[in-house]
Amino acid sequence: MITMEHVCKSYRIAKRNAGFGEACKALFHREYETIHALSDVSFSIHDGEMVGYIGPNGAGKSSTIKILSGILTPDSGTVLVDGRIPYRNRLEHVSRIGVVFGQRSQLWWDVPVIDSFALLKDIYSIPNTQYQQSLEELTELLDLKELLRSPARQLSLGQRMRCEIAASLLHRPRILFLDEPTIGLDAVSKLAVREFILKQNKTFGTTVILTTHDMQDIEALASRIILIGKGRILMDGTLDDIKKGNGDIDRTIAELYRSYEIS
Amino acid sequence: MKKYLSFFRLRFVMGLQYRVAALAGIVTQFVWGAMEIMIFRAFYQTDSAAFPMTLSATSSYIWLQQAFLAFFIAWMMESEIFDSIVNGNIAYELCRPVSIYNMWFARSIANRLSRAVLRCFPILLVAVFIPEPYGIAAPASFLHFILFLITLILGLMVMVSLCMLIYVLTFFTVSPQGLRILFNSTVEFFSGALIPLPFFPEKVQRIMELLPFASTQNVALRVYSGSMSRNEMEKAIVLQVFWLAVITLIGKGLCKAAEKRVTVQGG
Repeated sequence: MITMEHVCKSYRIAKRNAGFGEACKALFHREYETIHALSDVSFSIHDGEMVGYIGPNGAGKSSTIKILSGILTPDSGTVLVDGRIPYRNRLEHVSRIGVVFGQRSQLWWDVPVIDSFALLKDIYSIPNTQYQQSLEELTELLDLKELLRSPARQLSLGQRMRCEIAASLLHRPRILFLDEPTIGLDAVSKLAVREFILKQNKTFGTTVILTTHDMQDIEALASRIILIGKGRILMDGTLDDIKKGNGDIDRTIAELYRSYEIS
Repeated sequence: MKKYLSFFRLRFVMGLQYRVAALAGIVTQFVWGAMEIMIFRAFYQTDSAAFPMTLSATSSYIWLQQAFLAFFIAWMMESEIFDSIVNGNIAYELCRPVSIYNMWFARSIANRLSRAVLRCFPILLVAVFIPEPYGIAAPASFLHFILFLITLILGLMVMVSLCMLIYVLTFFTVSPQGLRILFNSTVEFFSGALIPLPFFPEKVQRIMELLPFASTQNVALRVYSGSMSRNEMEKAIVLQVFWLAVITLIGKGLCKAAEKRVTVQGG
């Protein structure tokens, strides 16, 4: 069970105009602008739900994920994940969740993937038998057999992403946050990743929250959609709610963004 | 504890991979050490009574310093840690059930240790065969040797805890460059990396020895050749333990504060 109530988060950003003169001026006087990444965000998600969290660039999706995973502290509001306040007991919280940031890498660059996995085993204190079992399952489902012995730096993006997802699931988290997990993947890898996430949800009842710009991801995975724009929740419903007729999904979403004036 | 040991192991093994870098390091340190000893020799020839340490003790100091350079050199900080803060990869590290401070501490120790292990033996081996007083002499006694090992490890830990301050402060300053430059020159000067501390005027030396920087290489390298009295050694070891505790506590406190107000850069 995940609940967010009236959560706000803002960042202070230094701004200046282009040019040398402006840069010199900024040495003495800096102008800051406060960006409200989240303003009054509330929602709740039940166990075993698969939620697509969508919105245009800069809407506040990643900020939400980072607050839920205990990395960022909100300015105000309450956040509860399975009864825990993520940013308050970070260590306890993160041992029970899995996170994938599609744009970053958690694998150690210079060593074979399997070494990164072994390190994660110790970090999460996974018992031997459970580790072997998880590893076997994940290897088979994500087709990792050939990849495990190569260093992460020599994998292609799609191969690495499959390893990243496996790395986030070794400790069998009950909640999975996916921040653009299919970014830059080819069709085959995308399908494999989607299928895998679905299976995880079906078999283990894993709660999944995913942000993405790929609407096929949403179509394939999310039974519920939360739309965020300019830091506010604009819509909370199912895909059918926004789909009118048989229109193209990307077009429908673009239309939706426009109707809320957030694009 | 086991997780930090694993970090240590992985980092250590990774460090052992870089053989060419180690070879280049060994050659550089030889030339550097020989050059320093030649300079000191010239000074000693004018009036050897004017110096606080014998030439033989100074030579031992220099060879040990070159052999364990990786333990005490200030600029050997991990760019991966700075990068992860600057480009936002820190997000993943914060998603793990580990203390950021302890994890970075473990990997910094491992990194310095692996480099030193690759480099120290060839240097020490050759330095032993260089004739008196230009080579490395035997330790003053067995007890001095044991104390040397203890203060060496303590010094390494003080050094890493100082570096940890710089890592953690990067959370607040966005870019680490300015801090690093300031830190490097301060440590080089005050730790006895440029000139052994006994060579400074007595009053200056007395103050310098109290600073945390003196608790890094200064103690171990001087203990070895027996150029410190028993009383001085006791005081130096107590100071090492004191600074290690204080700096680690400050670092941990800062780290906690940083985690609360962290912003992940780059989306």
